[in-house]
Amino acid sequence: MIGLEHYLIVAAALFVIGIFGLFLNRKNIIILLMSIELMLLSVNINFVAFSAFLNDYVGQIFTLFVLTVAAAEAAIGLAILVCFFRNKGSIDVEDVNVMKG
Amino acid sequence: MEMVLLFAPLVGALIAGFGHHIIGDKFAQIVATGFLFLSAILSWVVFLSFDGQTENIQILRWIESGTLVTDWAIRIDRLTAIMLIVVTTVSSLVHLYSLGYMANDEHFGEGESYRPRFFAYLSFFTFTMLMLVTSDNLIQLFFGWEGVGVASYLLIGFYIRKQSAGAAAIKAFVVNRVGDFGFLLGIFAIYYLADSVKFDDIFLIGPELSETELNFLWRDWNAANLIAFLLFVGAMGKSAQLILHTWLPDAMEGPTPVSALIHAATMVTAGVFLICRMSPIMEFAPDTMSFIVFIGASTAFFAASVGLVQNDIKRVIAYSTCSQLGYMFVAAGLGVYSVAMFHLLTHAFFKAMLFLGAGSVIHGMHHEQDMRNFGGLRKKMPYTFWAMMIGTLAITGVGIPLTHYGFAGFLSKDAVIESAYAGTQGGYAFWMLLIAALFTSFYSWRLMFMTFFGSARGQKHTHDHAHESPAVMVIPLAVLAVGAIFSGMVFYKPFFGDHHKVEVFFGIVDKGNSYSSDNGDIGFSLIAPAFAEEVSINNSMKVDTVVDGHKVGGGPNLNDKLGKGAIYMAPGNHVLDDAHHVHWLVKMSPFLAMLLGFLTAWLFYMTKLELPRRVVASNPILYKFLLNKWYFDEVYNVIFVRPTQWLGRILWKLGDGKIIDGALNGIAMGIIPFFTKWAGKMQSGYIFNYAFGMVIGIAVLITWMTIVGSE
Repeated sequence: MIGLEHYLIVAAALFVIGIFGLFLNRKNIIILLMSIELMLLSVNINFVAFSAFLNDYVGQIFTLFVLTVAAAEAAIGLAILVCFFRNKGSIDVEDVNVMKG
Repeated sequence: MEMVLLFAPLVGALIAGFGHHIIGDKFAQIVATGFLFLSAILSWVVFLSFDGQTENIQILRWIESGTLVTDWAIRIDRLTAIMLIVVTTVSSLVHLYSLGYMANDEHFGEGESYRPRFFAYLSFFTFTMLMLVTSDNLIQLFFGWEGVGVASYLLIGFYIRKQSAGAAAIKAFVVNRVGDFGFLLGIFAIYYLADSVKFDDIFLIGPELSETELNFLWRDWNAANLIAFLLFVGAMGKSAQLILHTWLPDAMEGPTPVSALIHAATMVTAGVFLICRMSPIMEFAPDTMSFIVFIGASTAFFAASVGLVQNDIKRVIAYSTCSQLGYMFVAAGLGVYSVAMFHLLTHAFFKAMLFLGAGSVIHGMHHEQDMRNFGGLRKKMPYTFWAMMIGTLAITGVGIPLTHYGFAGFLSKDAVIESAYAGTQGGYAFWMLLIAALFTSFYSWRLMFMTFFGSARGQKHTHDHAHESPAVMVIPLAVLAVGAIFSGMVFYKPFFGDHHKVEVFFGIVDKGNSYSSDNGDIGFSLIAPAFAEEVSINNSMKVDTVVDGHKVGGGPNLNDKLGKGAIYMAPGNHVLDDAHHVHWLVKMSPFLAMLLGFLTAWLFYMTKLELPRRVVASNPILYKFLLNKWYFDEVYNVIFVRPTQWLGRILWKLGDGKIIDGALNGIAMGIIPFFTKWAGKMQSGYIFNYAFGMVIGIAVLITWMTIVGSE
């Protein structure tokens, strides 16, 4: 029987993968966006799992919201990425340090 | 009427000070002088019509905070009435005199408007002085006290371009601060113990105070002695008594009319006035009283000795003032307040006149003040000469010995000296005052001889142009001369006549009682008020009452006269009566001292002119000692001024420069840049670094929550 714990473990695993993707990756900004997406999805899994567990549909509605926001965020992120590439000719994470103090 | 009297000078000051742009310089001066004369006339009306009953006129409520209730009020009693005529008479004459004296002052440029300012200050001074003397509580008195201090500061430093005048003004102010600090502590102590600052209440608590202990500094003191002492410290500052006297000679930097008004006749006598005013407390403070006598006698001697060798004409008179104030304090300290006030009154006349006469000489000699450059001015300035002569006769105490006919100083000074003899049984104070009288005579005549007699010395040019002063300056001299001649004889009886007359004059007993003369003083002092009233109702019962009075004597009602009338003399205080019964030699002694001083001065400065030089040559150390005013200034310089400057410099260079500025600079230029650099290095600009930081942060937070729990 697959219970709540399994969902939570999967979600936690996904979240941690997302985090590590975020700061271990030195090469590609697209991977950053994907990692963020991954973290959002792991959160969604948590929402849905708890929604089913607690018989409360608010969690699922929230998931839909998160998906919407994630889609918008991905669109904006990719747009920024395109602009960035036009200016710098590269999308390496190592090159993105114009805010260096 | 009292209100008009009191506020006329203020109105004059405001009009002259702020309105002179509109009404013009000349008119502003005349307005101020006019208001002062109005005030003076009303003062004489008040004085002459005063019937001995204390009168309180409330103007408005000033402070009301808890139990501290203070009014602006006028208290008219005998002391106030005397001070009123002294202040307004001298002040109005000085105003008139200043019209001439300040007309062309070389310290100010052509067309510079300084005269209205001078008159405004003078009138303002008069107003605050009137506030001081008419006050019915200590707070208002303190307001006047500080007000005259401010006016004195402004007027000493009136010659704004003169460095020494500014320094003297600051010195006067700072030295007075020392005294005022004591005075304030005294007021606090009185309020603390009496729960009131009104004279009517304070006057009644004297006996209580003498049995109270008050903790101050390191030990308990007798409250009456402590309060009296603290008040006297204030009086010492204002009246330039020894220790706190150093500002008075320097105050001569101001224009001469100022010296006459403030530093001779009125402000400096405020201390004497204060002691007399607080007599119901002073009478219960025997230790402080002996201290006052000691300080007064020492000051009289010290100042007179310094006056012997000074060459600046104004400084001689300044030291003379200091010395005469010492006389007044001796009288006040002995408990013969009426004599102190008597000397205050006569002194105001003759000393103001001496100063104005000196001013006239200085004016005529084109602001030359050194007596060594005078000489032979008798012919050039006849009126001034005669005025100064009368002043000198008055201050040295010329009169017919053993009678009551003489110049003002003869009566009042002899009264002080006789009281000193009676009060101390021929002790320290008596001898000091006697020697001071000898010195007074010497330096006064020395001044006269050096200025008006002999041959002209100094620049020939100045002497050729020496001239008599204009009428506006001579008239005040003439008026004051009348005072200097007659004030002693006219007021002798009420101030020093006999115990009864004095008590009636000061409103201590009612006029109806006429039993004292055949009653003897002790019995009189001890009669209970009930009997006193009986006597006034029915004089035929006199004999019985007197007998009763003797019986009552020594009973519990010792302090019936407390708070009644202007001054209070404790029943055990017989100095006033004893002074009349001193040996005739004692009564003669001041006259002999005067004669001796006169003859010595005559010998030194009229016949054997080389004698002073030889005396100086044979006593160089003594001469230097006196010429340098007993080295008080030098000693103070070492003890107080230098350490203060040193401390100030340390606080400035080290405290402010190094520590405060250093701390600010250190923070702004050392620590803040260090942290910002460090914080700047943290900003790598790499997203993964920030993300890592966030994760670490979250991990720490969660760990913390887990460990601490969620209670």
